[in-house]
Amino acid sequence: MDNFSNLMDGFAIAFSFFHLALMAVGVLLGILVGVLPGLGAPNGVSLLLPLTFTMDPVSAIILLTSMYWGALFGGSTTSILFNIPGEPSSVATTFDGYPMAQQGHATHALTLAFMSAGFGAMFGVVVITVLSGWVTQFALKFSSPEYFAVFLLTFASFIGMGSGSAFKAIVSMMLGFAFATVGMDGISGNMRLTFGFSELVKGISFLVAVIGLFGLGELMQTMEEGLRFDGIHARIRVRDVFKAVASMPSHWMTLLRSSLIGCWMGITPGGPTAASFMSYGLAKRFSRRKEHFGKGEPAGVVAPETADHSAGTCAILPMLALGVPGSATAAVMMGGLMIWGLTPGPMLFIERPDFVWGTIASMYLGNVMAVVLVLATVPMFAAILRIPFSIIGPMIVVVCFIGAYTISGSRLDLWLALPFGILGYVFKKLGYPIAPMVLAMVLGDKAEDAFRQSMMMSKGSLAIFWNNSALVATIMSLAMLLLFWPMVSMIIRRLRGAEHGKRISA
Amino acid sequence: MFKTKLIATMLASAFCAAGASAAWTPDKPVEFIVTSGAGGGTDIFTRTIQSIIVKNKLMDAPIVVVNKGGGAGSEGYVYGSAEQNNPYRVTFGTNNEYLLPLVAKMGYASEGFTPVAAMALDEFLIWVNSNSPHKDAKSFIEAAKKGDGLRMGGSQSKDTDQTLVSIISEATGAKFTYIPFKSGGEAAIQLAGAHIDSNVNNPNENIGQWKANMVRPLCVFSPKRMAAGPKVTKDMSWSDIPTCKESGVPIETYQMPRTIWLPAGVSPEVVTFYSNVMAKVQQTPDWKAYIEKTSQTGTFMAGDELRKYITQDTARAYSVFKREGWLAK
Repeated sequence: MDNFSNLMDGFAIAFSFFHLALMAVGVLLGILVGVLPGLGAPNGVSLLLPLTFTMDPVSAIILLTSMYWGALFGGSTTSILFNIPGEPSSVATTFDGYPMAQQGHATHALTLAFMSAGFGAMFGVVVITVLSGWVTQFALKFSSPEYFAVFLLTFASFIGMGSGSAFKAIVSMMLGFAFATVGMDGISGNMRLTFGFSELVKGISFLVAVIGLFGLGELMQTMEEGLRFDGIHARIRVRDVFKAVASMPSHWMTLLRSSLIGCWMGITPGGPTAASFMSYGLAKRFSRRKEHFGKGEPAGVVAPETADHSAGTCAILPMLALGVPGSATAAVMMGGLMIWGLTPGPMLFIERPDFVWGTIASMYLGNVMAVVLVLATVPMFAAILRIPFSIIGPMIVVVCFIGAYTISGSRLDLWLALPFGILGYVFKKLGYPIAPMVLAMVLGDKAEDAFRQSMMMSKGSLAIFWNNSALVATIMSLAMLLLFWPMVSMIIRRLRGAEHGKRISA
Repeated sequence: MFKTKLIATMLASAFCAAGASAAWTPDKPVEFIVTSGAGGGTDIFTRTIQSIIVKNKLMDAPIVVVNKGGGAGSEGYVYGSAEQNNPYRVTFGTNNEYLLPLVAKMGYASEGFTPVAAMALDEFLIWVNSNSPHKDAKSFIEAAKKGDGLRMGGSQSKDTDQTLVSIISEATGAKFTYIPFKSGGEAAIQLAGAHIDSNVNNPNENIGQWKANMVRPLCVFSPKRMAAGPKVTKDMSWSDIPTCKESGVPIETYQMPRTIWLPAGVSPEVVTFYSNVMAKVQQTPDWKAYIEKTSQTGTFMAGDELRKYITQDTARAYSVFKREGWLAK
């Protein structure tokens, strides 16, 4: 158990008063940036980066990773309380977290979210510890066809998400793909759908869309329904926190499945956002309480949160071992590594084991600390819902627009958030699901790039998705199965129904 | 009466200007605009300069680094030149400042900027997977002439990497399928996993994989071999890599300048201030360490020398873009 002794050395490095203090500061700052939509972990970490220039690399990475954990936790808070995801990866948490808060179970939802996030993160660190050597080999097997297969699997596991019509889901997803194509096309270098606006060259920020669709759209609906949050009357009891913690073991299956999905997506690097969506989709598919999803089902909070955090944690490994960041925040940290004088890559484990294992050890400590700190804040955050809507409503609007502006300091983003808000409202009124559109916006351009790169590699033959490697063939077949499963199951049901009908008539 | 007053005013304002010119220093936070995403080459370039300025107190005003890498960096250039006389926006990039507007309509013009300094020249190499049968550049080029040619990965489309690949094809008759990835880092991993046959990454983008013996350099597009430095692998250092010219690829040099820009409307004193700061940065041991670690060529250019370099570089790229039909209509 070579890794184990390395890890113990790592603990010896990470476990000092100074480092523990750094973790606490990092986590608290992280919660702060996570709670503000638009600011988010990548921006927060890059704001903090200059402070680390004069630090020892181990202390520096501890500060930055702790901030990352804090931001991941903070992002879930606003998703649950106000339906505004602070982070792209916590969008899926809104689906059931917000209904729970509306029904007065905010404390329960927040505690569940934080506990499962902590579980996911722990699972991720253990995977990193045990598999660090093997994982890097595995990640090298991924090329464009494999990426495309993973993205397709994510889309497929999400089909039939809403209980509404499949047609509406497809309309929503296609709109999302269209929004994702705006800006510079990475393969040809040409501009698409920018209509001469230079601000659109960088594309439509996914966060602007989310702030509009979820935050503003929700507000409009709340206003129409009479300016009130139902959660307002809920009493906040510390006992609820413990009750929620006690209910955790009953979700063991969801926790395990979501952790595995998260690790897989963090390493491959599909990223935390894809992981949380896929995990939510699968949790719903395999649940016996399918029809409760989207209406405040606790498992619908557990699934995305667990996957989000295990993916976020596992994403650190490819960054250290391969120099491929698995998430936007990991990319910022990688820049930091180079400035501190380290070269991310396979040799880092051999050249600077103190740094690598100090970091991994700090991930154990940092996550425990983050869970404790955020759980302590639950009653405080839940109390926000007791503020009358006439006060909190305008504040949410302000926060939404500040968030939209901070993403890239572009004025056009403010104007874009508005129509997205109206779109979100119209979608809700007409029963179109928003989730497929959001998913398509996040992964659409990546999937497109991967597809077109694959086509260049194979000179236009689709066969590359099956014969490139056993890996891609497996993922593709799984995706196809999931994609057509509703149709297959419908045919089976029809056949059975027909037989049934025949028997009755006969 | 009126005339004397006018002359007096003119003199006074001339003095004021002279007084200001000696003493222009930023008195509020300066924005360093990075025209790449976090973790990219331009990002590390900018943040290294920031850390040197902070450590050595070369500037009193605080520095805020902002990443605006959207649209291959054009987001940053649009932002950096939006206020034509704002001396508090310094934009960091490469030769893409004057090359991007040639290939697509970008929302900014390269004339919207005035060059402050070029701090380094980044090198380009031909890399192959370490299991590749091609031991030198010559056999690699020969192999690429046969059949469908070879798969070449690179960062972005119609950018420096693809331009170089086009120059190689033109000069040697080799055929490549160019596959654009999001970054040089991605192209490096794709090569390490043997999903592509080669890439033309900068030293810093492939050094991690080279150290681990996953990839191998064939030659460098530089007039002379690179500086030695410590050994990277067991038996090779940067200076052991032959130049492409000596290995029979008829391309003398292909380098990418790391550049710093100000909006074109600022006064010459402002330009002087920043180029003086950069000149000081360039003399620090930390800067030399950065140059050595990233295996770039440390060259400091400013003023007319830099303008001349830009004109030449543009002209060369223009001919490639024209041949490939990439020029924006």
